[in-house]
Order: sequence, then C-alpha cells, then structure tokens
Amino acid sequence: MDDLYREVIIEHYKSPQYKGELNPHDITFEDENPLCGDHLRIDLRVDEQGKVTEAAFSGHGCAISQASADLLLESVIGKSLDEVKHLNKQDVLDLLGIELGPVRLKCALLSLKVLKAGVYGMGEATDALTEE
Amino acid sequence: MQSISEKTSELTKIRADFPILERETRPGVKLVYLDSTATAQKPEAVLRAMDDYYRLHNANIHRGVHTLAEEATAMYEDAREQIAAFIGAKHSEEVIYTRNATESINLVAYTWARANLKSGDLIILTEMEHHSNLVPWHILAAERGVRLEFIPVAPDFTLDMDVYRTLLKQEPKLVSFTHMSNVLGTITDAKEIIRLAHRAGAVAMIDGAQSVPHFKVDVVDLDVDFLAFSAHKMVGPTGIGALYGKRALLQAMPPFMGGGDMIRKVELRSFVPNDLPYKFEAGTPAIAEAVGFGAAVRYLNTIGMDWVADHEQQIIRYALERVKDVPGLVVFGPEASVKGGVLAFTLEGVHPHDVAQILDMDGIAVRAGHHCAMPLHQKYNIPATTRASFYLYNTQEEVDQLVTSLLKVNKMFS
Repeated sequence: MDDLYREVIIEHYKSPQYKGELNPHDITFEDENPLCGDHLRIDLRVDEQGKVTEAAFSGHGCAISQASADLLLESVIGKSLDEVKHLNKQDVLDLLGIELGPVRLKCALLSLKVLKAGVYGMGEATDALTEE
Repeated sequence: MQSISEKTSELTKIRADFPILERETRPGVKLVYLDSTATAQKPEAVLRAMDDYYRLHNANIHRGVHTLAEEATAMYEDAREQIAAFIGAKHSEEVIYTRNATESINLVAYTWARANLKSGDLIILTEMEHHSNLVPWHILAAERGVRLEFIPVAPDFTLDMDVYRTLLKQEPKLVSFTHMSNVLGTITDAKEIIRLAHRAGAVAMIDGAQSVPHFKVDVVDLDVDFLAFSAHKMVGPTGIGALYGKRALLQAMPPFMGGGDMIRKVELRSFVPNDLPYKFEAGTPAIAEAVGFGAAVRYLNTIGMDWVADHEQQIIRYALERVKDVPGLVVFGPEASVKGGVLAFTLEGVHPHDVAQILDMDGIAVRAGHHCAMPLHQKYNIPATTRASFYLYNTQEEVDQLVTSLLKVNKMFS
C-alpha cells in the first residue's frame, strides 16, 4: 500500500502532460465516479488512418485517477482506435505499476471507462464495458 | 465537572468495552477510528445481547405460544420500550422499527405525505440535508407536483432563520430537517424550527441520524411530530432503525408495506390493518437487531448522554485548535458551540481520497467524498471533503495522531 503513492504517480498528478481540452476534437466523452464525485472528460484528435494523434483530459480527481488518465493518454498516442478499444484493466494497472483494492480500482479505471465510451460511441460503450 | 484524571480513567474503561478498538490494521499499526458519523463501533454488551438472543432465545415473534417465542417477543418489545424511553416518548407504540433512518423518512414520505399532500403543496427542507432527506421528496415532487424550498446555510454554517421565516409565509405542509449536519456538524435549533413550523400549520420531522447518538433528544420537549434515526450510528447493529411519530398522526396514516404482522384481519379481497406499532412492521422483522438496538440504548444510558455530548464537545474544540497547525487545511463548519464531533475539511493540493488513503497507512480511518450530501458540496464548489468524526470512545491522543499524519500528507505532496 505504501507503493500506492510511488513517485511516478505523484509526478503525473502534480505535473500532468496531457491535461487540458482539445477544441476542436474528433472524439470527446465525459463521466463521473458517483462514489467520490470525480469528474473526467477526455478529448481525442484522430487522423485519416484512424490513429490517435492528440489527447487531453480535464476535470478533477484524486492522484490515482489523474495519474492514470495522464499515463493512459500518453499510451494511446499513435494507437489506432481499434487498438484503443482493446485496452483493458490490466493495461492500466501495468501503466500505474501498483495493485489496488476494489474502491481505488474505480479511481484508476475511470479514465479507461471514459476513453472507451468515447471511442465506441454511446451505444456500443455499455456492452464493451460490461464485457470486462 | 470531572477532573482530568477521572475523565481519563472513564475513557479508558469505555474504550475497553469496544473490542475492535484493540485491533491493528496491519502489524504494528493500531486502529484509530475516526469514522463514527458513518457508523459507530459496537460495545461488548451489544455483541453479547445479539449472540445470546441467537444462542438461547431465537424464535419468530408475536403469534407463537412456545417458550422461545414468548421470550423472543418479550425481548423485541422490551427493546422498543428502552428506545422509546431513550427519546422521551410517552408511549412505546409511537416507536416503529424500520431498517434505518432512511427507511423511516421514506415511510413518512410514502404514507403520511401521499395521504396528505397534493399538487402545489410546499415542503421545506434545508441545504445541508443528507440525500436520505432529499431524494424521497424529489420522488414525491415528481409524482405529486409538491414544491420543495430550502432553508439556506448562512456564511457562518448555521441555517438562515430569516429566510426560513419568510418561507413559512407560503404555508408549508411539512418542514423536514437535519438535527445535526453529517458534514458541517452544525447542530440546528430544532426546537425553534419546530415551534415556527407548527405556528405556520406545518408538520415537523427531524432527521435525527446524527443527533440521537450524540446528545439527549427529547421528543416531548421538542414537540416534534416525526423523528428518524438509525441504531448503527449509536453503537447498535446495522439493519435496524426507528421512526418516532406522534400517536394521533401514526394512527391516521395508511400502512406502509403490506404483509404478515401488519394486519388485524385478512380476507381474500381485503384487509384491516393492525394497531400501532405493528401496522407499520410488515413481515418478520430484524429481531436480533432490535435486541441489539435495546442493548445499545442501555449502554448509552449507563454512560449518560450528557457525558457523551460533553466529551465530544471537548474533542471537537481540541481538534479545531490542533488542525490550525496544518498548512492548507480548511475546515467546513460552524464554531464549536453549535458543532457536533464532525470535522470536514479540504487540504490544499491534495484530493480527499488521497488524504484518506495516506491516513489509512497510519491506521487512521476517516471518510472521503461527498458524504451523501452532494448539494452541500456543490454550494461550496468542492467535489469532496475529508471527514474525521468523533464519538464517546475517541481521545485527544487520536486527534494528535490525525494531525501528525496530515502533516505527513502535506510532505508527500509538497
């Protein structure tokens, strides 16, 4: 548990590389974690080949949720939307390099949830998320 | 007034009554439980009462004639009498067992309110309500078209009584309000709010989830019409709570849920409801929990509610003073004289979830989030707060530990 606040997490929380908004954008989605009131919006720009060229997140949340959003967006630059669709829980945990209990897992996965909901579009998103 | 040493020895005795306070959250790290506003810990006396009930007396209550059924019924009803006496009710049938304070409020919303309110009628609530005293009324408003108005929280974190007086001119049918905010700790002037409500012709209900556990609440003195509270916040078990209601009101209300025990007579196409309090207690109730609830009340009586209130007042005064040493910490709540043992705060640059997580590393249990009072947090434009809360078993040393760990949080995020 002491590892929870590894330097990398504090750093990404305090100095995020992908914080902000992209206007205009090709894809955007926002959602909240009703448990703690965290709010997250993610914007993406995508090229003709369907590859992510730019990404940004905004909103507010704890160190775990903000760091995971920053790390996640860093990892999707250059990926195709199809690849983004296949990202899963373990990918996020690998990026963070920590293990999490059930409560904090929701903080870590909020960014993945928002990202996938955005990429799938509202209709498909629910199915995609329950699959995990 | 007790001397410091008398007080310390009494506190040591009280702490010994709560087995969980002995535990470590991990090797070498002792639990510092500062989350009693969410749920209180349970003394040996409550645990033993429930265990004895299951080991020696377990049976379904009321219609049975065998020995166990007689004993179980007597224990269930004895607990009701204890609870009624605890809140100063004149008649024990004015105490209805429910699952918790939330269900008690819903009971009033689904029976009294639906029988008495029509489109356009006004209900007055406050800005500092827990969701349990908001959402039942939102549902009713959507269904019936009743109107909701809110007494604002003033800059000093108390209710704005001037606005309340103005609202009363609109002749509300119900005023339902918290006796103590679970976030700000504000203790409301219930007696005055009720007096003014009655003068305007309204029925008055108190959400007593945070008051009944922490100081003496007397329903006759307050002249309150309904009072909702939960056992688990007053050293009793989860799964049981109570609704107090004035007898005449309860008698005139339609039943809540239908089923066994709440009937006097059933025919294939009709029923006649039972007398109070059974009219509102359909199905096999939480019998062991009722017994535990009774034991909790007996336990609090042996300590004395004045002692509990006095102790919490000392702790919160001490805590408010000590947290001044923590840079960036902002407390949400009024000054100590009108504040219960609740300390909600933000820490600059650190999200409340992270604060709570880091405190947990030191064994300190606090809560982070909106504490089921999202509108209140929206008012202050903050997504969440960290909340430490105190009860009869907490010590000044625990406040010191909290402050030490908060300084550590600041260091980690500096």
